[in-house]
Amino acid sequence: MGEQKGLTIQGNMATALGAKLSRPDVIPAYPITPSTLFPEKISEYIADGELDASMIRVESEHSAMSACIGASAVGARTCTASASQGIALMHEMLFIAAGMRLPIVMAVGNRAMSAPINIWADHQDTMASRDSGWMQFYAEKNQEGLDLMILAFRIAEDERVLLPAMVGIDGFVLTHTVEGVQAPAQEDVDEFLPPYDPPHGKLDPEEPMTFGSLGTPEYYQELKYDQTKAMDNTPEIIDEIFDEFEEKFGRNYNRITPYRCEDADIILLTMGSMTGTARAAVDEMREEGEKVGLAKLTVFRPFPSDLLKEIAGDVHGLAVVDRNISPGFGGAVFAECAGAFINEKKSPLMKNFIVGLGGREIFKKNFREMYEKTKKAVETGKVEKPVEWINMDEDVMR
Amino acid sequence: MSEDEKKELLASGHRMCAGCGEGTAMRTILNEAGPNSIATVATGCLEVTTTAFPQTAWEIPLIHAAFENAASVAAGIESALKQMDKKGETNILSFAGDGGTFDIGFQALSGMFERKHNVTHICLDNEAYMNTGIQRCSSTPYGASTTTSPKGKYSIGEDRPKKPIARIASAHDIPYAATACIGYINDLKKKVNKALEADGPAFLHVFAPCPTGWRHGSSDTIELAKLAVETGVFVLWEAEDGNICDLNVTYKPKERKPVEEYLKKQRRFAHLTEEHIEKIQKEVDEKCEEYGF
Amino acid sequence: MSKVKITIAGINKKPGSSKEYKTGGWRTMKPEVDVEKCIRCLQCFDYCPDGAIKKTEDAIEFDLDYCKGCGICERECPVEAIVMKVEEK
Ligand code: SF4
Ligand code: SF4
Repeated sequence: MGEQKGLTIQGNMATALGAKLSRPDVIPAYPITPSTLFPEKISEYIADGELDASMIRVESEHSAMSACIGASAVGARTCTASASQGIALMHEMLFIAAGMRLPIVMAVGNRAMSAPINIWADHQDTMASRDSGWMQFYAEKNQEGLDLMILAFRIAEDERVLLPAMVGIDGFVLTHTVEGVQAPAQEDVDEFLPPYDPPHGKLDPEEPMTFGSLGTPEYYQELKYDQTKAMDNTPEIIDEIFDEFEEKFGRNYNRITPYRCEDADIILLTMGSMTGTARAAVDEMREEGEKVGLAKLTVFRPFPSDLLKEIAGDVHGLAVVDRNISPGFGGAVFAECAGAFINEKKSPLMKNFIVGLGGREIFKKNFREMYEKTKKAVETGKVEKPVEWINMDEDVMR
Repeated sequence: MSEDEKKELLASGHRMCAGCGEGTAMRTILNEAGPNSIATVATGCLEVTTTAFPQTAWEIPLIHAAFENAASVAAGIESALKQMDKKGETNILSFAGDGGTFDIGFQALSGMFERKHNVTHICLDNEAYMNTGIQRCSSTPYGASTTTSPKGKYSIGEDRPKKPIARIASAHDIPYAATACIGYINDLKKKVNKALEADGPAFLHVFAPCPTGWRHGSSDTIELAKLAVETGVFVLWEAEDGNICDLNVTYKPKERKPVEEYLKKQRRFAHLTEEHIEKIQKEVDEKCEEYGF
Repeated sequence: MSKVKITIAGINKKPGSSKEYKTGGWRTMKPEVDVEKCIRCLQCFDYCPDGAIKKTEDAIEFDLDYCKGCGICERECPVEAIVMKVEEK
């Protein structure tokens, strides 16, 4: 295992460093809080001669993703960064990047959606692009943000995958928070991530191809099926590449990581930075004799139904913690979890908790409350309210 | 290869309507640009009629992404090729219709110009959203009846003048901007070459009649293209380095024909009264005076 | 037309394959050239939207697989060497 360098940096610096170590050719980007430090840092790398790449200071996020598509289609390794309204503005192009099988990587500073306008953390922005055909990875810590960037390129560019990927780090909680990280050496990353040479084709006058054909009803459904099949095949490939990464860099990643789940009756399922607080709450409750575990979701797309069923198939209660809301249903992760257990003879009783919207803090006591509520449902065998909002200020409610 | 055997870079078998001016424009432009070119195309007639899987009419590499971003996709291609040490000999062409240039694609186009990408954006102008069924666009001329600016008891059809897109493009101080028309093939060819030779972004506004949308006979396409210029409705000019105050009118009709000749051949203008036509004539006269003829 | 296998992302690696689709079937009028009259100015060649006019040694000929019968060539020929005739099917 190669030498690694200890650094103390903000989350955006970590994802930018992960990008830099991946040697991108083209980075079209548009500033948006809280992901702006990413393009700033990349610009600095280029200005200081530390990164040989072309940065396109586009006039909008829509053009950022459009330029990513053009660059990737000629065979450039391409990435960008965005958040919230920016991701919403490029929404159209997300589908097109995936449909054209372009392995673009995007660092996301997860942020709430307007209105009301709010620059703080939640997962609404990327959950709204759930169906775009991008893989989605979420970091708990800055270290994960750095590593997942490198992993995202490697997985996205795998000949068996060829799909774009986003790496989410929570706005401010991670993007602007300084933490210690271990930075892999460039030679090691170079070995792990060989140069990108598109195996499926590129725009080249030597061998002319048409990208972005019109898919008539005679072909559209098969083309979409083919694309979906690629996503369906990724879990195994992701596991394989996560293992290789651990071997090379010593850090372990899983699509879902269980914590103290072995004999648990109830499991809390979290995603992103809230996981640290949840882990502390689980430790406290364990000390008090509660049989509670934690499952951290790192890969949201493709959704790891297989692992979830392994981890939570035998427990009594599953508390799904969502930092997003799909009005008219509940949390997006909850919907996926419920879907994972459909047609299973045995399934845990499930409750959904909506937390931390627009940067609302999430405390240990909140996880304790979620646990208690789930426990009560398990004991009574009745789920009165499947979806509950946690840490509400009743005084300001109208 | 001799001139005569040169391969057509827009292959036959495309599904443009019979007599479509875009066909003439695209054949001329692609053949002039040559095989060492990469193109982006905005959603629209050109894309729909040339790329239906499993066939393509394109003999050069092409990417279609969406409606409003032909210029920013092209910017990505240009930056990537530059970065990856290509010699910079490949022409990068960005094609869009009037909708994809005047309206929805304008922001991406303005950004591409401002950042000085070495891309030639070509607008194929048929003066309305034809692919969706003849809706008005900011390119639609005064008096034209379209499906969203229909003539009626209280309407003369489109009630605003055409947006002067090439002047706006040139105002970005780009090295080359020009208007061209499929009735004047040699002028168009010259301008394609100048645009591609320019060191930086270039803009070509190519006027191409549409039999379906303008409701004229399919054989009238070229005649109408010429009449637009001979009447002064459409002026052929070029400007270097944003010099719109000192632009070069590349063709001046010896004697301008009355606009009526142009309007009368198209059913989109069939409802216009003598008064309306007089008003249009007056405006064209004023414009031509501005251009110095 | 018979269907083909899809490709990854629908990427089309057969440039110019639109030629498989014969637009000549759209035609109701058919152009004919009088090679004696033709001065080989190639106006018709330049203007044809469909690339359906081929140059020959001393005149031009039509590629009826693709000619849509728009009539532009007839209209633009300066010496009236082309006439449109009703297509007999
Ligand atoms: S009729 Fe139209 S399509 Fe046919 S050869 Fe003449 S110009 Fe071309
Ligand atoms: S336009 Fe007429 S004269 Fe000229 S090449 Fe064609 S057929 Fe011959």
